Amino acid sequence: MSDVPLTAPSTAPAQTQTIAFRGGGFAPHTHRWVGVAVFVVLILIAEWGTRTGWISALTLPRPSDVFKTFGELYSSGLLFKHLGPSLARLAVGATLGACVGVSVGVLIGLFSYIRSGLVPLVAALFPIPKIALLPLFVIWFGIGEGSKYALIAFGTFTPTVVATYAAVDNVDRTLIRMGQSFGLSWWSIVRKIVLPGAMPGILSGLRISLAIAIILLVAAEMLGAEYGIGAYILQAGSLYDLERLFAGVVILSLLGVLVSAIIAMIERRVLGWRT
Amino acid sequence: MDIRLESIHHSYKEFEVLRDITLDIPKGKIVCIVGPSGCGKSTLLRLIGGLEKPGAGRVVQVGAPPENCLNPLTYVFQDFALLPWRSVRGNISLVLEDHRIRGAEATRIIDDVLARTKLTDFADALPKQLSGGMKQRVAIARALAVNPAVMLMDEPLSALDSQTRELLMDDLVSLWCRQPFTAVYVTHNLHEAVRLGHSIVVLSRRPGRIREIVEIDTPLEERQMGDTDLDLKQKYLWQLMRDEARAADAELLNV
Repeated sequence: MSDVPLTAPSTAPAQTQTIAFRGGGFAPHTHRWVGVAVFVVLILIAEWGTRTGWISALTLPRPSDVFKTFGELYSSGLLFKHLGPSLARLAVGATLGACVGVSVGVLIGLFSYIRSGLVPLVAALFPIPKIALLPLFVIWFGIGEGSKYALIAFGTFTPTVVATYAAVDNVDRTLIRMGQSFGLSWWSIVRKIVLPGAMPGILSGLRISLAIAIILLVAAEMLGAEYGIGAYILQAGSLYDLERLFAGVVILSLLGVLVSAIIAMIERRVLGWRT
Repeated sequence: MDIRLESIHHSYKEFEVLRDITLDIPKGKIVCIVGPSGCGKSTLLRLIGGLEKPGAGRVVQVGAPPENCLNPLTYVFQDFALLPWRSVRGNISLVLEDHRIRGAEATRIIDDVLARTKLTDFADALPKQLSGGMKQRVAIARALAVNPAVMLMDEPLSALDSQTRELLMDDLVSLWCRQPFTAVYVTHNLHEAVRLGHSIVVLSRRPGRIREIVEIDTPLEERQMGDTDLDLKQKYLWQLMRDEARAADAELLNV
C-alpha cells in the first residue's frame, strides 16, 4: 500500500477529462407552441377515434361535428344572442365581486379589528358551494338578472378577499416604514406603497376569481335564463345533445383563455418593475 | 438644530436593549455609533427618528429645523427602501408629493439632488436596473431632497461590496464638504466610522450603554487611506470593542 504514489509521476502526461455538466433542469420556461400542439393532438386523436369507431359516438362527439354545430350557431346569429347576456352577467358580477373583494381584502390587511372580525367570516363563507345558494339568491334578488349578478359576485368575492389580504400582508414593511419616516400621510402610504406592492398578489388572485366566475356563470343561468352560454349548455345537456354541449363548453374554455390572456397583458403592463 | 438624547432606556419584553443613553448630536457633525451586533444601535436610531417609542427617557430637538426643511429627521436605510415600481425620479418625487411640491419646483429639486449624487443620467431608470451602490445613492438623493436637519443613516453601506463602499464614502465626504449636514451614522464597520465620524460613540454589548466617545479632529477631506493617526484610532476602537464583540458572540449561543 505504502508504495502506491499519491500523485501521478510528473513524467507521464496526465489524463484529461472534461468535467461533466450536472447543473441543468429545475428551471421550466414556456415554449409558446407546445400548448397549441397539445390541443391539436388531443383533438386529432378524438377525431380519428370517433371516425374509426374506436370511440363510440355516445362517448364523445366528433370534433368536426362540434365545429359544424359551432358554425351553425354562428351563422344563425344565436351565438351572440347567447354570448351577449352571458358576457354582461360575467362583467357585472365579476366586477362587483372583485371590487368589493379587493376593498375588503385591503381593509383586512390594514386594520386589526376588521381582520379579527372578518377573517373567520370569510373562512366560513369560502367553502360554501355558491350554487347551493342559488334559490336563496332568487328569493333575495328576484329571478331576473339580480340573482345572477349576486351569485357570480359572491363567488368571485371570497377568493379575491383571501388573495388580497395575503398580498397586503406581503408588502415589504421596510417600504412602509420608509413612507412613515418621510412623513407621508396614511392615505399616501396606502395608495402609493401598499396598493402597488400588493398588486402582484391581487392580480394572481384575480386569475382564480375570474375562472370561478366563469364556472358560476353556468350555475347562475340554471334558473330563469332563456339566453346565455350556460342556459345553452344546460339545454343541450338535458337533451343529451353532445355536439351542442361541447360547442358551449368550448366557448367557456375560450372565455377562460381570453380572461387569462387579458390578465397576463395587464401584468406585463403594470408589473414591469418586477425582477 | 441639535438632537439631545436624555437617559434613554429601552427594552423588548424582558430583554433590556439600551440602558441610560445620554448623548448630544451637534449641528453639522457626523456622529458614528458603533458596537457589537445586537447592542441596540439600530434601535437607538429608530428611537431618534420617532419610528419607535423609548421605554424611558426622551429624545429632544434643540432649536428649530432650518427653513424649507420638509422632513427634519430623515433616514437612509441599509436595504435602500426604494419603491421598485417607481423610477429614480419617481422615488424622489414620492417624498415631495405629500408636501404639495409638484411640477417645476419638484423638477428643480429632483434635478439638483440627482446632480449632487451624480445620478442625472439615470433619472428614468427603475431600481431593478441599478447596482447596489447606485440604489443607495438614489436613497441618499431622496433624503437630500427633503432638506433634512439630521440624516439618520442605518448601516447605509453594509449591503454593498467593499469597492462600492469606498466609492460611496468618498461621495459622502464630498457631499458633506460642499454642504455640511448633521448625521447619525450607525455602522459595525470601524473603517467607515473613522473615515466619516467627527465623533464615534462606542456602545457596549446588550444592554447597550455608552462605553466611550472617541473624537477625531482630522477634517473629513484630509482623511486618507493609510493615515497612521486614523489607523491608530481604528485599532483603539477595535480594542474597545473586541472583548464586547466576543462576549456578544458567545451570548447569542446561550440564548
